[in-house]
Amino acid sequence: MAAPLIRCRDLTRVYRMGDNEVHALQGVSTDIAEGDYVAIMGPSGSGKSTFMNMIGALDRPTSGTLEIDGERLDNMKPDQLAAFRGRRVGFVFQQFNLLPRTSAVENAGLPLIYAGIEAAERKARAEARLKQVGLGERMDHQPSQLSGGQQQRVAIARALVNDPAILLADEPTGALDSQTSEEILDIFDQLNREGMTIILVTHEAEVAEHAKRQIVFRDGEIVEDRS
Amino acid sequence: MNLLAAIRVALVALRVNALRTALAMLGVIIGVSAVIVMVSVTEGAKAAVEEQIASFGANLLIIRPGSSAFGGRHGGAGTATFLNDEDVNAIATEIDGVLGASGEISGNTAIVVEGENWTTRVQGVHAAYFETRDWFPAEGRPFYPEEVNSGARVVVLGQTVVEELFGASDPIGQTVRLGSTPMEVIGVMSEKGQSSWGSDQDDVVLVPVTTARDRILGYQLGVRDPVFSVYAEVSPTANPDIVTADIEDLMRIRRDIQPGAEDDFNVRNLGEFIRARNETENQLGLLLAAAAAISLLVGGIGIMNIMLVSTTERTREIGLRLAVGAKRADIRNQFLIESVMLCFTGGLIGLAIGVGAAAYIDSLDEFPVQIQPTVALIAIGASAFVGVFFGFYPAHRASRLDPIEALRFE
Repeated sequence: MAAPLIRCRDLTRVYRMGDNEVHALQGVSTDIAEGDYVAIMGPSGSGKSTFMNMIGALDRPTSGTLEIDGERLDNMKPDQLAAFRGRRVGFVFQQFNLLPRTSAVENAGLPLIYAGIEAAERKARAEARLKQVGLGERMDHQPSQLSGGQQQRVAIARALVNDPAILLADEPTGALDSQTSEEILDIFDQLNREGMTIILVTHEAEVAEHAKRQIVFRDGEIVEDRS
Repeated sequence: MNLLAAIRVALVALRVNALRTALAMLGVIIGVSAVIVMVSVTEGAKAAVEEQIASFGANLLIIRPGSSAFGGRHGGAGTATFLNDEDVNAIATEIDGVLGASGEISGNTAIVVEGENWTTRVQGVHAAYFETRDWFPAEGRPFYPEEVNSGARVVVLGQTVVEELFGASDPIGQTVRLGSTPMEVIGVMSEKGQSSWGSDQDDVVLVPVTTARDRILGYQLGVRDPVFSVYAEVSPTANPDIVTADIEDLMRIRRDIQPGAEDDFNVRNLGEFIRARNETENQLGLLLAAAAAISLLVGGIGIMNIMLVSTTERTREIGLRLAVGAKRADIRNQFLIESVMLCFTGGLIGLAIGVGAAAYIDSLDEFPVQIQPTVALIAIGASAFVGVFFGFYPAHRASRLDPIEALRFE
């Protein structure tokens, strides 16, 4: 079997809150293969968001090793993590997080600015991704002129624009109605069929059903892992 | 991220909050224009002083008997005798650093030509006078040492006298009568304008000092070859203070003043005198410049305030940018560029307003104003400095945000 895309060993994360220590992760070990589609579940405070931040290179473990696509993340400096995120990870958030008063194509092309890509190529690549998520007609619209579902599509286009190794989605349907949620999840399904590794944080069982594998967190540990 | 992209990002952010951008800029605009106006007025005042000094001759020492400044009363009889030609000669030849010296004796006399007459000031001077005062005939020629020695009947007219007596016709070669003495006009002095005391320096005629004493003024002063004052030109490379001290020593010996006794003459450096007279004006200018600098400082604090508000308001945006790969330096530079552009635009507008205001003050003719190209450098330099200095802390703070916290910020 090929080496896993993501390899976690004994990951812990301790937050200090004044005199208290909060153990958000208590020794998590798991592998995620390339092309997998994983739903991370669990009640709030279970450590699923911490785990996701780790995999997204937004945070570093207190101890343990984390390897993604052959690179060790646990001892990277903040700017190295930033470069890694820009190169290998695409984020989709619950609240979309688009820049206001900025066109869809500029929003989608934002990560390319920090990758040092020229304006013309940024535009071409952002346009290609917007077409891929079905927004070819609304390139120049600003977020305020788009529906929630359309805004989330722009956000997905932005997540894909850097050709990432992993697509990380944190409650991507949390702010959408069920009809629109299905449309967004259809996009994820399609992307996964094309080979994209997707990790999805959700607390909704129907959403998790779209994934091939469900990992459940409780009290900073994996309590269930089924395929 | 390259600079051009960073500037574009900053421009978009500034345009999105146009009103706030304009208000934040206002402080810098007022600060920069105030600095420019103050610099222009102060420079103008300085230039006016230098012009006055130059109109006397740049390095001119005046030696006069007694303590009184201008002609009038002298010290007690027998203590403040007049200077004389020998003193002039001694100062010119015995003091290192003196390029030349001329005595001067003067009085008012009627000057008459073909029915026209005009009362003017007659100055009897040595031939070195022209060089010493750095003032020469515009037409014709000055008189020479031989003419001074022989008491030649020649005269050089001031511009005002020419206008009053000759109008448009050429005076050179004509004969005028000074008192009862017929004199040949050999030259016309260049125009000198008003003195700093407001008198007309062109309402004068210059004659050899010997001719003035023997034929025109007719004073009985009890001294052989007297002069009222001596002008000495100091070499630009010499220290005027040392030359002044040397002349004082020389004169004490020549006038036989006992050690411990006070001088019965004085040596004045006219340039220093004028500078001292304008010292108060300079200090006022400094005060105004300080006020302008403070208004620029307040403008800078306004920029810092706006940038802090802006970075706080855009915390989620910063979080997002960090999440999609922005490095800390990218975030810091973005906000630094924003504040510099804010200040720079404000600085350019301030430059325009400041130059306009200075030109308006100049047009009032109340104050001398000098607008120099360096004010553009001041405007650009000051605003860029304010932008970097007051923008750095907010930008640095933004760049240290934790991406997870920032993304969660409500």
